[in-house]
Amino acid sequence: MRIELVKRSQHSTFFALASPFIAFALTLIAGAILFAAIGKSPLTGLYLYFVEPLTQLWSVHELAVKAGPLIMIAVGLSVCYRSNNWNIGAEGQFIAGAILGSAIPILMPGFQNFLTLPLMLLLAMAGGALYAGIPAYLKARFNANEILTSLMLVYVAQLFLDWLVRGPWRNPQGYSFPGSIRFPDAATLPEIFPSQGAAHYGFVLALIAAIAVWFFLSRTLKGFEVRVLGASPRAGRFAGFSTKGMIFLSFMLSGALAGLAGIAEVSGAIGQLREVISPGYGFTAIIVAFLGRLNPLGAIVAGLLLALTYLGGEAAQISLGISDKVVRVFQGMLLFFVLACDTLIHYRVRFVTAISGEARNA
Amino acid sequence: MRGEPAGDIPVQHSGNMAETGLDGAGKTGGGSATPMLEVRDIVKTFGPLTANDHVSLAIGEGEIHALLGENGAGKSTLVKMLYGSLQPDSGDIVWRGEKVSITSPSQARRIGIGMVFQHFSLFESLSVADNILLSLEPDLAKGNIAEKARQLSEDYGLPLNPHSIIGDLSVGERQRVEIVRCLLQNPDLIILDEPTSVLTPQEADNLFVTLERLKSEGKSILYISHRLEEVKRLCDRATILRHGKVVGECDPRQETAASLASLMVGSSVDEIRKEAADTSGKEALLTLNGIDLPASSPFAVALSGITLDVRAGEVIGVAGVAGNGQSEFFRVVSGEETLRDANAILIRGQPAANLGINQRRRMGAAFVPEERLGHGAVPEMPLTGNLLLSRHSSDRAAFVGLGPIGLVRTDIIRDASARVSEEMDVRKSGADPDAGSLSGGNLQKFIMGRELDRQPSVIVVNQPTWGVDAGAAARIRQALIDLARSGSAVLVISQDLDEIFEISDSIVVMHDGYMSARVPISEATYEKIGLLMGGANPGHEMPEMPDTAHHGGVA
Repeated sequence: MRIELVKRSQHSTFFALASPFIAFALTLIAGAILFAAIGKSPLTGLYLYFVEPLTQLWSVHELAVKAGPLIMIAVGLSVCYRSNNWNIGAEGQFIAGAILGSAIPILMPGFQNFLTLPLMLLLAMAGGALYAGIPAYLKARFNANEILTSLMLVYVAQLFLDWLVRGPWRNPQGYSFPGSIRFPDAATLPEIFPSQGAAHYGFVLALIAAIAVWFFLSRTLKGFEVRVLGASPRAGRFAGFSTKGMIFLSFMLSGALAGLAGIAEVSGAIGQLREVISPGYGFTAIIVAFLGRLNPLGAIVAGLLLALTYLGGEAAQISLGISDKVVRVFQGMLLFFVLACDTLIHYRVRFVTAISGEARNA
Repeated sequence: MRGEPAGDIPVQHSGNMAETGLDGAGKTGGGSATPMLEVRDIVKTFGPLTANDHVSLAIGEGEIHALLGENGAGKSTLVKMLYGSLQPDSGDIVWRGEKVSITSPSQARRIGIGMVFQHFSLFESLSVADNILLSLEPDLAKGNIAEKARQLSEDYGLPLNPHSIIGDLSVGERQRVEIVRCLLQNPDLIILDEPTSVLTPQEADNLFVTLERLKSEGKSILYISHRLEEVKRLCDRATILRHGKVVGECDPRQETAASLASLMVGSSVDEIRKEAADTSGKEALLTLNGIDLPASSPFAVALSGITLDVRAGEVIGVAGVAGNGQSEFFRVVSGEETLRDANAILIRGQPAANLGINQRRRMGAAFVPEERLGHGAVPEMPLTGNLLLSRHSSDRAAFVGLGPIGLVRTDIIRDASARVSEEMDVRKSGADPDAGSLSGGNLQKFIMGRELDRQPSVIVVNQPTWGVDAGAAARIRQALIDLARSGSAVLVISQDLDEIFEISDSIVVMHDGYMSARVPISEATYEKIGLLMGGANPGHEMPEMPDTAHHGGVA
């Protein structure tokens, strides 16, 4: 006997909208089983994970700090994935943007005025866009698989950052610890409500990016081009749209947003360049993009949810003594269930017995 | 193929008559007591659609039985049930007086039902013999298959070299492979699905000789077609399906093509109105000056020296068997593929061969590709989006606002889309459904209407009515003629010869990447165009023929 997926002739709109919620519910159930299996109370575990972080003002601020980069990156990735370009290297573009943006406070510490911050943001966007331009060029010119090239460039960026903050950009007064100088105030992204918590303007930038890209995708001719080329490249050629141009546009747009998220994290949350600046935002944002239905507004909700898993993971580690790797397990389960739900909306499962199998093959 | 067919045709006609006479007296009469195959009250539903609604028919021994119907009438569904790839919801299939349930194609073959599909299932890179071997039941796949196939193919006048590679064969030869493959299993009933849709008239004549021969051996044939003339010529009985129901059974020889057509369609189809075009002294709106294009892949066709003027007011039909360079030709003329030499294509006198498709559209040209879903339209986008698809550049001033931001003006596009649907009588559910949810005919009407709405001065259409029901097809053809008569140049690429003859003022033929000189409609006959389709082009020497000759393709 064999199991097959058969395409449904029509799919339910209700389930298409409900799919992220079903996936989340399934993740909770699977999470409860997981907690039970390691001998912890499932209810306590889930409470610590998904409710506790929302009960205090400071941790809501933390949520915004974590959600900001996730939303910003996922918004860019939505454009990429909608156009059928598979950028898996947002983590690397995040780092590339952070490095280039940080060049101003690190290399020119004396340059401190109202232009410092905007220049850092612009430079970071350029850095992310150029770094994403590498896999785009390789795909457009040599038809190289962008999934592989963009993913491999993540490790290049990570190791380059590591070398920078241990070598040329290390803080001379830093007792030989890796890390750059701390950024001056003029180079720091300010907090939104300094008296209440740590949330900085990176979150606001992420919301603006989400709305702007939503408008771009759904209301402009260029956004129409993204959707046409993603849905049907041949119809795109008939419309006179350029597939190669779209590779560059989508990669560099998502790279720019990842780079912007990178500098916002460094300048808003960390305050200096370190050897590790991301707990995997660039990868988690892939889940955010899909959970948000590749819709920039959906990415806001999905980003907040995924940020919660980071906070919950820390809380569970402290209160229950569970490894922080559980965060990855939760994120992985969520992506698994989202993709499974989406697949089952478009396909149904069919069990093929030996006899009818012969009928199909013959 | 060059010299033969001219001599073949009259011979076949007489052969046809003689055998029919014999059969009427002999076999059909005797076999009608217990038909070879009987279908009783078959019902098959797919969701809300009833594809077969209490269908019954009987095929006698040595009978060629036609199954007639428009696209979507339920012919394929019925045949799939006979061949075991679908199961009926209710009703019986009776084989030689016994009720059978056919659960798989291999079981169908075991009881003696063979099938030749419309779309071939052959591996291009393997030889004829290998392809045959792959499809045979294990107990038949013994001995020297190549020799058996060669012998059989010669016996039935379907010459084939078993060692030829499929990729090198013409469509007609590939069909022979399918037929020989089917005959090797020694079936009693052979189902042929639209067999002549890919053949030249001469190749079709050869096929008919083979079918008559099979019939004289007592084999039965279920012949699926929508071509009335050949059904009238070949078949002993006809069952006509419409909307899944049997609407008539008759002897096609006693009927006229018009009476069969009205049974098929259910109402009389509007006659095409076409006055003769007077294009003397009219300017050429589309000029092709010796287009050359090398083949982009081993299975693509190179275009060689294509030269043609399409003048204001005329319809030119490009005939040809599929795969002779029509898709490459459309790509080049539309600008999906550009050429370096700008003067190879002139649109309204301006060099255009190096310009992209949108620049050509802005010069007044419009294009309709062969494939609807995924080429002419994005299935998962609504009609408004699909209107924008081909007109965002030519109608940018109306459809797109806010300068460089490029805001899509949804309301204006919605009005235009409603106008197109109204004008072409597009039937749809809801105001703006996804293109993929429309039936083939309605979507094609929308795609045609989308271009006609612009009043283009040049339009190039590939397969305007492929897979479209008769009513929609008549409407589309009339629209093309009307556009030409209003002063535009119309170029139609089609594999449907009837359509070409119906709408064209002049016909050109594509064969192996070459284009024949134009034949005015007053001088065009099926025979003449058929010879050109087979490659007998007096315009150039025929180095392209060796491939058929080499493989022993034509006796």
